[in-house]
Amino acid sequence: MTAYPGHDLSSEPSESVDRGPFPVYDARSVRFHYGRMDPDAPQWALRDVSFSVKPGEMLGIVGPNGSGKTSLLKLLARIIPEQQGTIRLFGNRLTELRQEDVARDVGFVPQDTSQTFPFTVTETVLMGRFPHRHRAPWDLGFGWDSPGDRAIAQQAMVTMDVWKLATRRVTELSGGERQRVVIARALTQEPRVLLLDEPTAFLDLQHQVGICVLLHRLKQERGLTIVLVSHDLNLASQYCDRVLLLDRGQVVRLGVPSEVVQRDVLEAVYRCRVLVDCHPVSGLPRVTLPSRDMVT
Amino acid sequence: MMSPSDHSSPSASVGLPPPVPEPKTAPAAFADDEVFRKSTLGAGRWTAVIGMLLVLAALLALLCLQFGAQFVGLNEMARIFARMVEATSDRRSESDVMATILLQVRLPRIFLGFLVGGCLAAVGVALQALLRNPLADPYVLGVSSGAALGVSVAVLFGVGTTVMAMSALPLCGFAGSVVALALMYRMAASYDRLPIHSVLLAGVILNAIFSALIMFITSIMDPNRSFGMMIWLMGSLMAPAYPTLLVFSLYAAVCLTLLFGQVNVLNVMAYGEEPARSLGVDTELAKRRILLFSALMTGAVVSVSGMVGFIGMVIPHAVRLMVGADHRLVMPASALIGGTFLMVADTFARTVVSPSELPVGIMTALVGGPFFVYLLAWRKDRMS
Repeated sequence: MTAYPGHDLSSEPSESVDRGPFPVYDARSVRFHYGRMDPDAPQWALRDVSFSVKPGEMLGIVGPNGSGKTSLLKLLARIIPEQQGTIRLFGNRLTELRQEDVARDVGFVPQDTSQTFPFTVTETVLMGRFPHRHRAPWDLGFGWDSPGDRAIAQQAMVTMDVWKLATRRVTELSGGERQRVVIARALTQEPRVLLLDEPTAFLDLQHQVGICVLLHRLKQERGLTIVLVSHDLNLASQYCDRVLLLDRGQVVRLGVPSEVVQRDVLEAVYRCRVLVDCHPVSGLPRVTLPSRDMVT
Repeated sequence: MMSPSDHSSPSASVGLPPPVPEPKTAPAAFADDEVFRKSTLGAGRWTAVIGMLLVLAALLALLCLQFGAQFVGLNEMARIFARMVEATSDRRSESDVMATILLQVRLPRIFLGFLVGGCLAAVGVALQALLRNPLADPYVLGVSSGAALGVSVAVLFGVGTTVMAMSALPLCGFAGSVVALALMYRMAASYDRLPIHSVLLAGVILNAIFSALIMFITSIMDPNRSFGMMIWLMGSLMAPAYPTLLVFSLYAAVCLTLLFGQVNVLNVMAYGEEPARSLGVDTELAKRRILLFSALMTGAVVSVSGMVGFIGMVIPHAVRLMVGADHRLVMPASALIGGTFLMVADTFARTVVSPSELPVGIMTALVGGPFFVYLLAWRKDRMS
C-alpha cells in the first residue's frame, strides 16, 4: 500500500473510516460551550443541534452573530470536541477518530488565512498532503514531496486559479488570493467534505461570485459535499441545496432555501424587518434590506 | 475563471447558477517540475545550502582558532600539529605551550560556542513557529531566565561545585527551565488547551519575575562570587573540559534531533492551531512536545553559557529572509548559522579587549538589540 512517503492513500479507504451507506455527517443532540460553565446558568454555544448532511449536497449554515455557526463548523472539523451528543462522520464517531483520519476526509477553510512567515503558494498548497504523509519515527520529518503529491497540488492550484501565483509568497497576496490558495490547500487533502467558514467575507462582488461558482462546480464535477457558514443569506439561498438556520445555538429551520428563507422566519430570528421576494432567474427566495421609509 | 463573463445566456433552469466557462488551463496529468523546483524546497537545494553552511562554519572555525591573546598563523598551527603527530615529547618548547592553548583552551571553547549558538537558534525557530511570532525566543519567553534562576539558586546554596565529579549546574538549569515552563503552562493553559497568545504573555511576565529574583540573589551574594555570577548572567563562554564538552554535545545532539523531528509539524503549525488541526495535527500534543524539547535544550545551554540573548530571535529571522519559510531547511540552517555566529562573536569577545574578555552576551545583544528595533519599527508589515 505504501510505495513511498507521501503516497496517495485517499483512493483506498483507511482502516478506521468505513464509508458505508451512512450520511456524511450525522449530528445528534450536540451541545457545546466555551470556557468553564456556570452550572446554575448554563451558557450553551450550541444546544441540542441535530441534523445530517447528505452525500454530494451543499449545506449552508446561516444565522445572526453569535448564533453558533462557526462553533458548529469547527465541531464538524473536529477542531473543537463536542461535549454532549454525538457527531458521526460516515458512521464513525468523530471523537473516536484520530485527527489525521478526519483530515483525510474533511478539508477546512478558516476565515482567517493570514500568515506570518514567508511560505510560497506552492509550499502552502502542498501542506494539504500532510495527513496523507507516512510518518515513521525514524524519517525525522524530512520526507520530500512525491511526484504524486505535486500533481495533486498542481491540479488544485489550477482549479482554484492560483497556479500563476505558484512562486509568490503568501505574505504578499491579497485577501482574496490567499483565500483561494487556502481552498486549494484544502482540495489537496483530497477530501470528500469541504467545510468553509465565511468563504466570501472580505471579497468583492466578482470574487464572491467566483468562489460560489467554483464551489458549485466542485460539487457537480467531483461530488464533493460542501458545508459552508455564511452571513450572506442570498448566497445560501442561491447556491446551497439546503439551509440550516441557527439562532442562539439552536436549529430554527433546516430545509431547501424556500422553506427557510421566509420573511416571518427571518424577521423573528434577526429581529428586524426584511424584504423577501424571488430571484428573477432562479426563482429562489431573495432577501433585501428594508428601504429607509420601511424602517422609519 | 473566477468571474463568469458569460452573462449573455443565463441558465433558465431553476436553482442553477449561470454556466461556468471551462478552465483555460487543462489540469495537468503530471506536475510541472520547473515551477515546483522554483517554489518549493527540494533535496538538492537543501543539500547545497547545508553543505555551504558547513564549509563556511569549518572555515570560520579555523579562522577563530588563530585569534586570541596571541595570534597563531596557519603555517605555525600546521607546524604545531605536525610536531604533535610526530609525538616527540623529549623536549618542551614554546610551541607545546601553544599547542596546549589551541587544543585545551581555544578549540573546546569554539566548539562550545558553536553548539550553544546552534541550540539557541534551533529553539528560537521552534518557538517562533509555534507562537507564530517572529519575536519569540527562549530569552523573551522566560525559559532562559528560569534556567538562570535555577543555576543562581544552586550557586547561592553552594551546590555549584560538583556532584559525582560532574557539575550539577546543568541539572539545576534544566530544573529551572522546566519549572519556568510548568509555571508558564499553568498560567497560560485554560480548559486543557494552551492558547498561544497567553503563552507569550505568561512568558514575558515570568521573565520579569525571574530576572528580579536573579538580581535579588546576586545582590545578597558575597561580592567575590556575585561578580563571577554577573559575568555569567551576561552570557559568557568558558573553555570546558573535554568530558563536560562531550556530555553537553551528546545532550545537545539528542535535543536537536528531537526538535528536527518536528519540522513538518512546525510548518503546519505556523499556519495557526485551527488550520493545523484541520490538516491532521494533534496540536495539543505537538505544543507540549515542542515546548518540552525547547526547555530541555535551553536549560542545558544556559547552565554552560548564561543568558546569551537575541540569537534565538535574530538568526531564524535572518535565515527566513534568505532561504524562505520551510522549516525543513530553516531549522538546520539556523542551527548552523547561529552556531557560526556565536563562535565568531565569542572570538571578538575574547580578543577585543585582550588580554581581558567581554561577556559574549554583550556582543550578541549589541548586534541583536538594534536588529530587534529594526524589526519592531520598520518591518511592522511582517509581524502578526
